[in-house]
Amino acid sequence: MKKLQSTWYNMSIVLTLISVVAGAALAYVNDITYEPIQKIKEQQLQDGIKAVLSADKVKVQSVDTLDGVIVYVTNKGKAVQASDPNGFGGKLTVLVGFDKRGAIQGYRVLESAETPGLGAKAAEWFQKGSKGCIIGMSPAKNNMTVKQDGGDVDAITASTITSRAFLRCVNAAYEAFAKGAETETDGESGATRQYDDNY
Amino acid sequence: MNKLIVSLSPHVHSGDSIEKNMYGVVIALVPALLCSLYFFGLGALVVLLTSVLSCVFFEWSISRFILGRQELTVTDGSAILTGMLLGFNLPSNLPIWIIIVGALVAIGVGKMTFGGLGQNPFNPALVGRVFLLISFPVAMTSWPESGSFSYADAATGATPLYIMGQAISEQDASLLKQLPSAFDMLVGRTGGSLGEVSALALLIGALYMIWRKIITWHIPVSILATVFVLAGVLHLVSPCYADPVSVVLSGGLMLGACFMATDYVTSPMTPKGQIIYGIAIGFLTVVIRAWGAYPEGMSFAILIMNAFVPLINNYCKPKLFGEVSR
Amino acid sequence: MNQIKVLWNGIVKENPTFVLLLGMCPTLGTTSSAVNGMSMGLATMAVLVFSNLIISLIKNFIPDMVRIPSFIVVIASLVTILQMVIKAYAPEIDASLGLFIPLIVVNCIILGRAEAFAAKNGPISSISDGIGMGLGFTIALTLLGAVRELLGTGRVFSFEIFSEDYGALVFVLAPGAFIALGYLIAIVNRIKN
Repeated sequence: MKKLQSTWYNMSIVLTLISVVAGAALAYVNDITYEPIQKIKEQQLQDGIKAVLSADKVKVQSVDTLDGVIVYVTNKGKAVQASDPNGFGGKLTVLVGFDKRGAIQGYRVLESAETPGLGAKAAEWFQKGSKGCIIGMSPAKNNMTVKQDGGDVDAITASTITSRAFLRCVNAAYEAFAKGAETETDGESGATRQYDDNY
Repeated sequence: MNKLIVSLSPHVHSGDSIEKNMYGVVIALVPALLCSLYFFGLGALVVLLTSVLSCVFFEWSISRFILGRQELTVTDGSAILTGMLLGFNLPSNLPIWIIIVGALVAIGVGKMTFGGLGQNPFNPALVGRVFLLISFPVAMTSWPESGSFSYADAATGATPLYIMGQAISEQDASLLKQLPSAFDMLVGRTGGSLGEVSALALLIGALYMIWRKIITWHIPVSILATVFVLAGVLHLVSPCYADPVSVVLSGGLMLGACFMATDYVTSPMTPKGQIIYGIAIGFLTVVIRAWGAYPEGMSFAILIMNAFVPLINNYCKPKLFGEVSR
Repeated sequence: MNQIKVLWNGIVKENPTFVLLLGMCPTLGTTSSAVNGMSMGLATMAVLVFSNLIISLIKNFIPDMVRIPSFIVVIASLVTILQMVIKAYAPEIDASLGLFIPLIVVNCIILGRAEAFAAKNGPISSISDGIGMGLGFTIALTLLGAVRELLGTGRVFSFEIFSEDYGALVFVLAPGAFIALGYLIAIVNRIKN
């Protein structure tokens, strides 16, 4: 078969056709995969909240967003997602779980670009039983800064910058937690399930 | 059939040779060597011996078995010098296997990959040091305090550079009070890598090299002057930035300016080029120290400028005899 | 053309990574471990096979002057489909490769093979070429990922060979990718000659 000539008419027809077919294919696949993708996102969020509140079953009662900090109010306490732009490798996002009195139940690093082997250790370093354990501490009672800055937390070896960013996240999360506690009553009405977009 | 062969001019030889220059630099390092032995004791000896011996071994084995060269190049002293400079850039409590890895990278990656002495675009000792710094940051940044003599459990402490970095990131000038006095930094009573603690010993070595015409003054002076001026400006802008005297005396600046940046193979050929090169190194060092992630910027600055040397050489080509400037 | 020869050409003679030096961005960016390298290679291979097939089928309908935009639309759609599928059914791969999947669009191998091979050959040969090139890319990326993972963390495919304490962190980071790739190319050249 002979190749089509590069005339104005041929070119517009071909490009339009290709775009239409491609668009249709994309729409079709998007339709199929939309559900599973949403389900996975929800699942990941659920898992995260469960992990940081160390509970097997958690029901999210409401979601609040305060200055980019997301508060998930649950029957077992609150999980707060906060981020700090000044990690060693950029943005650091942490989900922190607080019980009703504000003590830290657990945390999970959701998003980080920290150096593997150094700053990336933040995922384990502050967990229970590790050197820089923050579980059980409360930003209300403890000074949540690294020891170099006169605080109560052991910084990750050779990664003070990451440790500082991490603790700024924790403190921001606590602030949102405390604010939410004051406005507990009216907080629930305005809550929508916004986290589909924010997560 | 033999013919009379006349090579191109010049016909007069100054008597310079690779060996003469390399061993000259080694001699110039002796005061710094004695200082590091005095301050760090056995640890310094272990690190330096390991570094020099493994550099020499890798140079010999790679050129013999991988490149298949018959002539012996290890005796020209360049591997010994690389080993000494690498050792001077390491903390005295570094595990021996890390030093050996560093020597392998310095000689293998930094030098022999490109074809050996004279072909390498980057200073081999610095390639080794930066490789180790990125690979083993914890071991490479736990410097023993000056005066801790044992190899194994030397007490570690904050170096002047670390304190300066803290003061800048915290915007807190009072932290700078922890800095050792300028006199202590001059003689070397401070924490740091082996060869970077005593500015005085390094200066003596540099003066010796200039006197013996192994190096010219252009590179060291332009680096030190640039750093001094820029640090002074920053200090005037905000007291969080340390005073220029401490900046010049701290860290690997003196070692880098006098012994590493002046490496023949990786520095520009003309005095004009050398001054451009020196100013750029000084500028980059101050920038990396003040705002970079690592406390020390000297090794990175030298490596970055090493990459520019061919460009500088091209720009500063001496005019041909009889050429008319346009 | 002999299909085996086309395959062999992609894997060894014109290996996209070690010989053609195409697609360096994903090569350097995603090979921090053997698994990551392999997933990236397989994802690229999937796109490459389909884009080669589709382009060789429609090549006669595309006027020469708009062939590049047409190819790009085809490739970009395939990549977007792949990305949605991975997100939906393999979230672990999405977490480790996320950013690099959309970048397959601009991988030179794919546009390069579309232009140099699929636009001139039949569908069967084009599929062989896609598989061959894709396999070559996958093997190279897996090899590079394995070397970097071994030297950087002491593991290969998460199987511990020596303690992580002896791993040189630089190989997990970008500079290590350049060093390891350089030496791999040198070794491949030495073996080939």
